[in-house]
Amino acid sequence: MMPLQSLAAAAPTPDGYLLVLAIILPATAIVALVGLGGRGAAGIVLATLAAQLIIAIRVLSLVWQSGAPVVYVIGGWDPPLGIALRADGISAVMMLTSAVIFSAAAAFAWKDYRPPRWSPETRGSLVFWSALLAMASALNTLFTSADLFNLYVALELLTFAAIPVVSLKGSAETLRAALRYLIFAVFGSMLYLLGIVLLYGAYGTLDVSSLAELIRPNAATLVAAALVTVGLLAKTALFPFHLWLPPAHAGAPAAGSAVLSALVVKGSLFLLMRLWFDTFPSLRDPAAMQILAALGAAAVIVGSVMAIRQARLKLLVAYSTVAQIGYMFFVFTLVPVLPGESWIAASAWTGGWLQIVSHAFAKAAMFLAAGLVAEALGHDRIRDLAGLGKQLPLIVLTFAMSGISLMGLPPSGGFSAKFMLLVAATAEGHWLWATVIIGGGLLAGIYIFGVLARMLAAMPDGTAVAEIGRGRQLITFALAGVALLLGFLPLEPMALLQIGRMP
Amino acid sequence: MSGPLLFWLAGSALIGLGVYGITVNRHPLRKLLALNLLGSGVFLLFGVIARRGAAAGLGGDPVPQALVITGIVVAFSATAIAIALLSQLQSKAGRTSLDDEPPDEEDRS
Repeated sequence: MMPLQSLAAAAPTPDGYLLVLAIILPATAIVALVGLGGRGAAGIVLATLAAQLIIAIRVLSLVWQSGAPVVYVIGGWDPPLGIALRADGISAVMMLTSAVIFSAAAAFAWKDYRPPRWSPETRGSLVFWSALLAMASALNTLFTSADLFNLYVALELLTFAAIPVVSLKGSAETLRAALRYLIFAVFGSMLYLLGIVLLYGAYGTLDVSSLAELIRPNAATLVAAALVTVGLLAKTALFPFHLWLPPAHAGAPAAGSAVLSALVVKGSLFLLMRLWFDTFPSLRDPAAMQILAALGAAAVIVGSVMAIRQARLKLLVAYSTVAQIGYMFFVFTLVPVLPGESWIAASAWTGGWLQIVSHAFAKAAMFLAAGLVAEALGHDRIRDLAGLGKQLPLIVLTFAMSGISLMGLPPSGGFSAKFMLLVAATAEGHWLWATVIIGGGLLAGIYIFGVLARMLAAMPDGTAVAEIGRGRQLITFALAGVALLLGFLPLEPMALLQIGRMP
Repeated sequence: MSGPLLFWLAGSALIGLGVYGITVNRHPLRKLLALNLLGSGVFLLFGVIARRGAAAGLGGDPVPQALVITGIVVAFSATAIAIALLSQLQSKAGRTSLDDEPPDEEDRS
């Protein structure tokens, strides 16, 4: 085993316990939920998600003020033997994004999954709330772990929590979607684990920061990096591994779809970014990074074209996720390998993260809006959406607002993100990727405006529209509003996202 | 042939068989079995790494052994979930194929 000298990155900070709380609180809440039954769910879920929000805000402000990551070393055992939790700028941003979207999804699902006081509890509601909290806990583990094996466990927890949400309806269609998702995900994690074992064999440590210093571009490391990457791509549903995503995300109940599409696919993407930029930066061969960008470009085009061809609204929104994930892979090639023009690197980096965060909000809003549409009309066939603009104007407005961000029209988070990626692509002469970024926006315009045109058409006679409560409409509207407000952030690289980066 | 090398080759063979099985078989149960084969191969490699990385005088490096236990638990849970989904699917649809059924207007929600 090789000696490990510099472990300064793992020095614990005073408020590190917050990271432990972010992981352990939802996990404890699940145990309480099972113990007390679904009827105690209301209070437990509410308290846990409120605590999540407070912790996320506190961690973000700590990272922001100190300009350094928040670190906790579990049990006082220093890495490489022990495991460190570490929240840098990107972790803090993702923790807050996830806490806000989980709270919104829980508030949205309140009506459907709150067990009435005097009626027998249903198993569906207990499963839903447990899975929601489990996903929150797994995502926080994923965002803060600094150990590759711990990250593997977090990935698996996330998958196992997401599967029941996909199959909650229990129809043959959703069971099939869940099974396909599970097979892709477990195949991906086996490849990831194989990569991990090779890395451990070569370097004797799985600590992210120790590995970053030790890593050398030899054959074993390259094979390990390739295995880990392919495994994570299968979980992220990047083209050509995207086949499992649309049925899985479209089949879940609306609040579940929102969380799956907004956050759960980002979990493995987050890990991929962390690995390539923090652990393997010395392995970043430009040609290999171009492959990732090419797959991303293919995802943008294939996902958008498939979205245009869908007849059902929820499937359209799910295919749009396939397309939007593609954009995030341009970051791998746009952040230059050699430290040269630093503003280009910073612009691409910020653009990529802004795309992740604004897509999370826009897609959560869009899935919730699609859920409300399906509930109001009793179906989600796009050709029969006429008249919605008159009956449920707020939902149509919400759909349009989240669509603006997905298309990348100003002012919206999606616009700022795509603009920064575009600036980096043109500055580096990646004209092909620049064309795809613009073309993807046009294709998104086709499917979004196609839906809006149907929604705003005149109402045919004899259409019954069910009553939809104001509360859920406002939650959905607020999420779409955040996606647009992100566009008012200054159009410049953000220092927060650079805090605690390894190189 | 030394012990670790033999296990290394056996693990690699299992991994190859597993990947082949997942890619070629259409039936989910077969895919699941292939996944477990792949998993066993990976776990075997953990053992090899533990043996190779052992310091002088020790039988093995304990860290990969600790990791492999977690890995086995995870693979077991994944298999259990998949079996549960499969048996649900069997009772709902009467068959366990992953291919989509011919479009059925009533089934759409």
